[in-house]
Amino acid sequence: MKPILSKTVKLVFMGRNKQLSPFQNRSPSGSSNHRSEQSSSSNSEMTTGSSTSSIMDNLFQRTLDDLIKSMRLQLLNESTFISKSIEDIRREIKSTDPQTKSTALEKLTYLSAIHGVDMSWASFHVVEVMSSSLFSHKKIGYHAASISFHDSTPVLLLITNQLRKDLSSTNHFHSSLALHCLSTIATLDLARDLTPDLFNLLSSSRVFIRNKAIAVVLRVFDKYPDAVRVCFKRLVENLESSDPQVVVAVIGVFCELSSKDPRSYLPLAPEFYRILVDCKNNWVLIKVLKIFARLAPLEPRLGKRIVEPICEHIRRSGAKSLVFECVRTVITSLSDHESAVKLAVSKIRELLVDQDPNLRYLGLHALSVAAPKHLWAVLENKDAVIKSLDDEDSNIKIESLRLLMAMVSESNVVEISRVLLNYALKSDPEFCNEILGSILTTCGGNVYEIIVDFDWYVSLLGEMATIPHCRKGEEIENQLIDIGMRVKDARSQLVRVARDLLIDPALLGNVYLHRILCAAAWVAGEYVQVASNPFELIDALLQPRTNLLPPSIRAVYINSVLKILIFCLGCYLDQDEGTASSYCGNLAGGQSEMFVVKKDTEALELATTYEGSSYEQDEGFNPRNATAESSDDLSVENDTDRVVTILSKKNFTHESIVNLLNRIELIFGSLTANQDVEVLERVRNVLAFVQLIKAEVIDNSCQNEDTGGKKYTQVSAVIKSMHDAFSTELGPVSISAQGRVAVPDGLVLKENLDDLKSICGDIEQTSSSSFYTGGSQFGTTLDASSSNILKNDESGPSNESTSLLEHRKRHGLYYLPSDKSETVPDDYPPANDPMANSNINDEASELAKLTEKSLLLKKRTNQTKPRPIVVKLDDGDLAPISNKRPEPRDDSLSGAIKDVLQGSQTNPSLSQSNPLDKSSNKRQEKKKLGADPPSEMKENLGDAEKPGPENPNSSSKSKERRRRGKEKIVEGEESDQRGKKKSSHRHGRRKTHERANSPLNVVSQTPVIPDFLL
Amino acid sequence: MGIRFVLMVNKQGQTRLAQYYEYLTVEERRTLEGEIVRKCLARNEHQCSFVEHRNYKIVYRRYASLFFLVGVDDGENELAILEFIHLLVETMDRHFGNVCELDIMFHLEKVHFMLEEMVMNGCIVETSKSNILTPIQLMDKTS
Repeated sequence: MKPILSKTVKLVFMGRNKQLSPFQNRSPSGSSNHRSEQSSSSNSEMTTGSSTSSIMDNLFQRTLDDLIKSMRLQLLNESTFISKSIEDIRREIKSTDPQTKSTALEKLTYLSAIHGVDMSWASFHVVEVMSSSLFSHKKIGYHAASISFHDSTPVLLLITNQLRKDLSSTNHFHSSLALHCLSTIATLDLARDLTPDLFNLLSSSRVFIRNKAIAVVLRVFDKYPDAVRVCFKRLVENLESSDPQVVVAVIGVFCELSSKDPRSYLPLAPEFYRILVDCKNNWVLIKVLKIFARLAPLEPRLGKRIVEPICEHIRRSGAKSLVFECVRTVITSLSDHESAVKLAVSKIRELLVDQDPNLRYLGLHALSVAAPKHLWAVLENKDAVIKSLDDEDSNIKIESLRLLMAMVSESNVVEISRVLLNYALKSDPEFCNEILGSILTTCGGNVYEIIVDFDWYVSLLGEMATIPHCRKGEEIENQLIDIGMRVKDARSQLVRVARDLLIDPALLGNVYLHRILCAAAWVAGEYVQVASNPFELIDALLQPRTNLLPPSIRAVYINSVLKILIFCLGCYLDQDEGTASSYCGNLAGGQSEMFVVKKDTEALELATTYEGSSYEQDEGFNPRNATAESSDDLSVENDTDRVVTILSKKNFTHESIVNLLNRIELIFGSLTANQDVEVLERVRNVLAFVQLIKAEVIDNSCQNEDTGGKKYTQVSAVIKSMHDAFSTELGPVSISAQGRVAVPDGLVLKENLDDLKSICGDIEQTSSSSFYTGGSQFGTTLDASSSNILKNDESGPSNESTSLLEHRKRHGLYYLPSDKSETVPDDYPPANDPMANSNINDEASELAKLTEKSLLLKKRTNQTKPRPIVVKLDDGDLAPISNKRPEPRDDSLSGAIKDVLQGSQTNPSLSQSNPLDKSSNKRQEKKKLGADPPSEMKENLGDAEKPGPENPNSSSKSKERRRRGKEKIVEGEESDQRGKKKSSHRHGRRKTHERANSPLNVVSQTPVIPDFLL
Repeated sequence: MGIRFVLMVNKQGQTRLAQYYEYLTVEERRTLEGEIVRKCLARNEHQCSFVEHRNYKIVYRRYASLFFLVGVDDGENELAILEFIHLLVETMDRHFGNVCELDIMFHLEKVHFMLEEMVMNGCIVETSKSNILTPIQLMDKTS
C-alpha cells in the first residue's frame, strides 16, 4: 500500500512543479542550501517579471531557522527582538512572491504558537498561502489556519471552496491537510457545506484518509447536527471494519459522542460488545469501556452481559491503564455485581500500596468514586488512606482527606475533627486550609446534619479561627451567624466564643480573620442577653486596635456596641424599677426559657409590680459573673485616679452605666471625622443617643433620692422601645423568600434593565467624591484624622511586637485580661501557637482507631445530650440546583442520531449478513439523501421506538434563517453560480428533515436493545 | 473531547510546543500555560503526575529537561495518557534519533505533524509508530 501512495504523490507533484520538490522541508542543517533554493526560485520569479523589492526581500529574508537561532542568542531582550521580527514579517508577508510570503507566515505562526504573538491580522494572508498549489506552502497555510482561526474569523467564509477542492483532491496529502484543518476550525457553515465531501471520504479506500475523516466527523456533528443523517451510517459501518487503525478512530469518536447522550447509542451495544471481547488493542478497549460505563446504567441487561468480559480483562491484562479503566467501570456502573466489585476493590488495594505515587493517587481516586455506594471498600483500606494523609504529594493528601471526610459520621465527627485540626496546625498553609474547608463543609452539610453537640462545634469554629494559616474567614463567618439563627441552645456558647475572639487584640492584626470578627461582633450584639458580662463585650468592641478593621466591619462593631448598650440600659432601668427580677431570674434560670422574656413585653409590665425584691435577686445574679470577676483585675479608668469596678456584684450600677456612656462618648467622639459613611452615620447616631441618655441619667441621679420611682420616664420609654426592636428574633431566611413577596399593585417592573447602565455609570463616576464627606470644607479636619489613622497604623502590622507593647501600656485599660491566663502578658504571642509537634504516627493510629470505632457502629449511640433543635426551613435552605436544560443543539444531535439509528435498525443485520452488499447500502443511503422522506418516516413509525419530544423545529428554523442570511453573503461575494444551485438543493433537503421530524413526536419510547441481550 | 491540549515546556518554563484542540485566545493560552507550568514544574519526582487545574486534569511527564503536559477531560484515563506521552516521545526518538529539546525547537513543524497524525480533534486516532512516521518519512525522502 505504501509504495503505491508514494508513487501517486510523486506523480502529482512532478506534474505540477518540477522546480521544487513536493515535500520541501526546512531542516536546520540545510538552512544554507535552503537559501540557495530560495534564490533560485526568486530567479525564476525575476524572469517572470516580479518587482525588484520582492527579490530583495527574498534574498535577505530570514528563514524560520535563522529566526530561531538568533532568538536563542537574544537572551536578554526577547520582546524587542520579537517585535522587530514582526515588523519584518509584516513587510515580507505582503510580498507577491509565494516563497517569501509563506516563509513569513511560517515565522509568524511559530511566534504565535510559542510566544503568543497575535496573528489575527494576517488571516487573509493565511488564506492566500493555503490556496497555493505547492504542498510545502499549503502545509504552512493550513497549519497557520488551524492555529489562528476560530469561529468568528471573518475570512472563514472564503475558504469553503478551497477546502472542498483539497478534500476531494487526488493527492491524499492535500486531503489530509484539509481534514486536519477542518477538525479544528469547522464552523456551522463549513460543516454544512462540506458534509457531502466528508461523506465520500468516510469510505475512502485509503485508511490514512478514512481515519481522519472519521475524526473530523466529531467536530462536524457538534457544529451541524443534521450531518448525522448523512454520515452516521457510514460511521457505523466503519465500526465493523477489520482494520485496527480505523477502529481506533471510530471508537474514539463514539466515546466522545456517547458522553453527551448515551441513550442514543444503546442500539450499537452489540458492536461495542464484539470489540470488547475480540479487540487486542488497549487503547480501543479503554474507550469501549468508557462507552459501556455510560450505557450500562441505562440498561440493566447490558450490565449482566459485559461484567464477565470486564472481569476477565482485570484478571488477565498486564496493562495497568486497562485494568484501572476496568476497575473504574465496575465501581461506577456495575456496582450491583458484587463479585465484580470485590475483584475491583482488591485491585484498588494493590494500587494503594504500590510504590508509584501515580498508582497510589489513582487508587485513592477510585476509592472516593466507590465511597458513596460501597463504604466498606473505604473501610477495608482505611489504613492506607490514613497513611496517605502524610504523603509527600499534596494531591494524594487531598484525595485521602476527601476519603476521610467520607468516613465521618455523627458518632466520630468530634474525634476526627480534633485529629484533623492537629494535622492542620502542623501542615503547610495550603493543606491546612484544605483540611479546614473540608471540615467546614462536612460539618455544615445538610444544615449541620452530623452535629449533635453544638457547643462543641461552636468552640471548634472558634479554634479554627485562631489557627494562624486560616483563610476560611468567610465560611466560618457564615456558619457562626447561621448557627446563631438556627440553634437557640448554642447561643450562650456562641457568645462565649465570640467574646474570646473579640477580646484578643492580637487577632485584629490578621486580615483574614476580619470576617470572623465581624460575625463575632454581630453575635455579641444580637445575643447579648445570654452573655455573662456585657461590659466586657463592650470593652472588647471598643478597643483601640479596632481601627485596623475595614470600615464595613467597623460599622458592625459600632452597631453591636449600640445593641449591648441598650441591653445594659434596659437592665439597669428594670433593675432600678424592680423589674430586673424578671430578667435576672430568667437569666439565672435555664437558658431555654431565656427567650420568653424577649418576645413577651407583657412580662415587663407585669414584673413592675414586684418592687423591692430586686436587690436580693441581684445578689445572686448570674454566678458566672462572680467567678469571672474574681479572676479579673480591676479595670482602671484612663487619666483619673478613680478606680471603678465595672464588674461589681450588682452588675448595672449607676456608676458603671455612667462610665460606660462616658467611654462610648469618648471613643466614638474621635470617630466623627471618619471618612467612611457607614461608620460615620452609625457613630453619629450612637453619639446622639448617648448624649440624650446621659443628660437624663446624670440629671436624674441628682434627684435620685427624692423622686424615687418616678425617674427616667422619658428615657425608659425610648430604651424600652429600642430594646424591643432589637430583641425581635432573627431567623434564617429561605433562599426563595424574595420570590414569595407579591408585587404590589401599580408597581411596574421593567423587564429590560439596560437603561440602568447609564444611571449606574454616573453613580460610579461620582461615588468617590459624593459618598465621602471629605469635601473641601472638611479638608483640615480630614487631614488631621487621616494622619491620626496613619499614626495608629504605625503601631499596626509592621513592627508588631515592640510597638504593641507600648501601645498596650498606653491603653492598658482597654485590654481586658482574658480568662486564659496562659497567654504571656509581656509579648504578644501569635494568635495561636502551632501545637507542639506530637508524633504523627500516634495520630495516624489514633485516627485509624477512631474510624474503626465509629464507622462500624454507625447508629446513634446513646447520647448524654439530646441534639438541640435546629431550625430548618421546609424549602430552599440550600441554593436551588440550577436545573440544567440540555442544550438544544445536543438535543438535535442526539435526536438525529436516534433517527438514523432507528432508521437503520434493520440494516446492521443486513450488512452483517452480507458485507459485500455495502455498495448497495451506500446507494440506498444516497437515495435517501436526495429526497426520500416518506420512506424514512415509515421506517421510523414501523419500528415504533422513537423517543419522545425532540423537535428541533423551532431552533432549526431560526438556524435556517441565519443560514439563509449567510448564504446570501457568500453568494454575493463569490458571485458563483454553484452557490445558488447548492442553496436550492439544500432547501429541498431541509424540507425533508422538517417533514421527517414532525410525525416522530407522537411515537412512544421503548428501549432499543437488540436480541443479543435476551 | 478527550485531550484538550498538549504542551512541551522546558525546565526553565519556556514553551517549546503548544497544541490546543479547543479555541482559546492568545491571552487565555498564555495565562493557562503560565499557571500550569508554575504548578507542575514545582513538583518533584516523588509526587504523582496528575494535577487538577480549573476544569482540566493535567497529566505530565518529564523527560530530561523537557516536560510533556497533556490537559485532558476529567473522565480520561490518566495512565493511558501517560502511555500516550511515552508513545509520542518514542516516536520522536525513532524519527530524530536521540531526540532532544533542540530537535523539537528546530523541527517544530514535524513534531506538529506527528502529533496531528496521532491526535485529531482531541481523539487519539493512531497508535502505531510506523504508521505515524510513514507520511513524514515520505516527505523527507521526496525533499
